[in-house]
Amino acid sequence: MFPLTPETRPAARQGLAVGFATGLYGLSFGALAVAAGLNVWQAVALSALLFSGGSQFALIGVLASGGSGAAAVAASTLLGLRNGFYGVQMARVLRPRGVTRAVAAQLTIDESTAVALAQAEPAQQRVGFWATGWSVYVFWNAMTLAGALLGNALGDPKAWGLDAAASGAFMALLWPRLASRAARRIAVGAAAVALLATPWVPPGVPILLAALVAVLAGARPNWVAGREAAALQERRP
Amino acid sequence: MSAWSAVILAGLLSWATKFAGFLVPQRWLAGPLVGRMMAYLPVALLAALVAVQTFDGGGRVVLDARAAGLVAAVVALMLRAPFLLVIVIAAATAAGLRALGVA
Repeated sequence: MFPLTPETRPAARQGLAVGFATGLYGLSFGALAVAAGLNVWQAVALSALLFSGGSQFALIGVLASGGSGAAAVAASTLLGLRNGFYGVQMARVLRPRGVTRAVAAQLTIDESTAVALAQAEPAQQRVGFWATGWSVYVFWNAMTLAGALLGNALGDPKAWGLDAAASGAFMALLWPRLASRAARRIAVGAAAVALLATPWVPPGVPILLAALVAVLAGARPNWVAGREAAALQERRP
Repeated sequence: MSAWSAVILAGLLSWATKFAGFLVPQRWLAGPLVGRMMAYLPVALLAALVAVQTFDGGGRVVLDARAAGLVAAVVALMLRAPFLLVIVIAAATAAGLRALGVA
């Protein structure tokens, strides 16, 4: 998995650094999971089994708002669909077989895919994937435990502003995805749909209704396309 | 569904989603329609989670200390603060306003 040579060592180092940085927000996940009503072991099991930051935050977010377990699982699974796409790309890079394939699947997340695809050579891509995947896994799970114990010790989550911390966490996850005008319009549309639906449907369901905005925008890209996209299309012969 | 069931079911579905990516032929998912939806889905879900987490007051839309925390988080993000700092700033803003009895 780690044929370390002078060519592949930078990819391994990069993976280690990304794992450490990601682990730091595992700390906030652990604390927020406990604030949302999970116990320490449920928080730890979620990080070990689900292992995809956005989906984990979505699951505890829906549970914290009083949503059903089914709505929480649905929101978390929809948010994790992109990992399946990363899997398609990583299958080509890693060509894993048997147990290795099952392990590679568990480690397929935003960070490991991004570091792998940022490398130039196939050997570097493989080292980038495994180094990042394992390092994020170890730091993320260790820091989830630390955060959950910390959250338990803190007491009243509202007095510490942990509900606002969850808003901030979702915003920080969303922020890097808002580069295009289309993305910003979809974000505003989805937020509006969720809030309009909030008084009328059970908790958690507004999130699922907002997902339809993405489906609609994917089917009708002209509705959300910015001027930059329209100009590109005009220039095309 | 108990909390344990939700945790285990969500975990299994997450792994199954990832593993399915390793199994399906690449051309199944190559179309531009699917590509666009996959790019937009996280944006829509995360934006909805921001909105509900910040403004849902038990089935009513309310404006409280969480909104101030979110504004502080956005300012921190504009100043390129790292993830953990953004969260601490959002929490501190809301906790501070509550301690002062403002919101």
